[in-house]
Amino acid sequence: MSDLMQDPMILRQIIMDHYEYPRNHELTHDENYMTRHMASDSCIDDIHVESKISNDIIEDIRFDGVACTIATASTSIMSELLKGKTLKEAHVIIDNYHAMIDGKEYDEDLLEEAVALHSVGKQANRIKCATIGWKAMEEMIAESENHGK
Amino acid sequence: MMNVEKIRKDFKMLENTMQGHDLIYFDNAATSLKPKSVVDAVVNYYEHLGVNCHRGDYDLSFQVDSAYENARKGVAEFIGAEEKEIVFTSGTSASLNQIAYGYGKFLNQGDVILSCEAEHASSVLPWMKVAEEKGCGIQYVPLDDEGRITLENFKKVLNDQVKVIALAHVTNVLGYEIPVKEICALAHEKGAVCVIDMAQSAPHMKVNVKDLDCDFAAFSSHKMIGPTGVGVLYGKYDLLQKMEPFMLGGGSNARFDMCGNILLKDAPYKYETGTPPIEGVLGFHAAIQYLSEIGMENIHAYEKELHDYAIEKLSKLDNLILYNPHADTGIITFNVKDVFAQDAASYFNTQGIALRAGQHCAKLLIDKLKTSATLRASLYFYNTKEEIDTFVEACKNATIENCLNVFF
Repeated sequence: MSDLMQDPMILRQIIMDHYEYPRNHELTHDENYMTRHMASDSCIDDIHVESKISNDIIEDIRFDGVACTIATASTSIMSELLKGKTLKEAHVIIDNYHAMIDGKEYDEDLLEEAVALHSVGKQANRIKCATIGWKAMEEMIAESENHGK
Repeated sequence: MMNVEKIRKDFKMLENTMQGHDLIYFDNAATSLKPKSVVDAVVNYYEHLGVNCHRGDYDLSFQVDSAYENARKGVAEFIGAEEKEIVFTSGTSASLNQIAYGYGKFLNQGDVILSCEAEHASSVLPWMKVAEEKGCGIQYVPLDDEGRITLENFKKVLNDQVKVIALAHVTNVLGYEIPVKEICALAHEKGAVCVIDMAQSAPHMKVNVKDLDCDFAAFSSHKMIGPTGVGVLYGKYDLLQKMEPFMLGGGSNARFDMCGNILLKDAPYKYETGTPPIEGVLGFHAAIQYLSEIGMENIHAYEKELHDYAIEKLSKLDNLILYNPHADTGIITFNVKDVFAQDAASYFNTQGIALRAGQHCAKLLIDKLKTSATLRASLYFYNTKEEIDTFVEACKNATIENCLNVFF
């Protein structure tokens, strides 16, 4: 991990960049995609997340909706990070992400730009925002795995 | 005149800090803080009264009964009702649901229920259920450009099919007072009943249900410096007698037999089944005494003064959008330009300022506010101009950069 990634200015820049220019920010409405609507939590974020998983590989992730900086940036970063990964690799990244959010030990190198969210827990009520898109993806991975059984 | 410094000493919560700053509590539309006399009344029940009401035949039980019924009397006086017209519930939502359940039974297919575009879920959802079951229609009073219900717009939608009018006295998003008295008079000409949600009015202004002539009213203790878990259902007595309770059980029936014959008690008791939150009701009585001692007119006038002071300062800031500068109560709904409401709320949190970020019903936000979420600062009589000054400074500094810096 480079020193740059310790610099709050840089980390803030990463969040701003993903908030202003979110990646994969268009839904396909393709029936080959799984979809999750994340809006029932108490926070005011309201997003749809789509994913296409085949042969245990996450081929695509898309999202859209009305959300705060943290929810938008964390979902955007997630979509880039998990796209193209095997489910096995995705599980490891997701576990590390949750470890980071919960203030536990984690592998920075695996999380890449997601480390920008490392201290989101300083505002306890915002942890939900930092995990809303990730939760959607976890549910869809589980659905895919159950489907395969 | 109110002595706010003296009042603030009664509210222990105001001694707290949040994120290293003195707490500035601007989320009073959600719930209010409690003065010592209310906390003492709750503790006094547990330490000196302790037993159930409407039950035993011993001294303590009699004392609890008396205290409980005195609270009913206190509430009745507070809103200009008769004691027997006051039902204690768990809160505004429970009251409104009971009214919809009870009065909904008298509706028929084709009848119309009137609500409005800015209504709180607790006011409109129970009636949506009634409408679905009975085949009634729900129509909405259109709002004017500011988001207000005007008498003129109300008249446009009032017709002979309307049987129920369910509206908030003061809306929880924009803080406008509706012309209840005039609406009730027009409704009664058509034979409709008026259900008035007073959750945001009873804590902040003098209300008199007889003067307004509403048929039902509902409000919550916790929004008016009383304990949580207690609310009031006011109903004209003949309506209360006519309706059925949605809960049955101990305390609400006079007698029953195994053949299924149930004789319910008279109102209000038939609506109060099971053991109520006795300590909450006694604490609520203390709250009403506290408010009455200050005077609701004084409270309303002071809040208006605070509100106008805040609006004067806030309207000078270029980075804010104010949605309801002409609100009739202390509700200030706003956004920081180019900052999502929740991001700004976290920044205010770091400054020790408690306020609410929220969404509103689609119609309201799309047509009127043209935003997906807003911030709401809601004032009460223990707030001060100094707190508003601090808040205004925080608003100035609520840039997107500062809102993100709270995470580092």
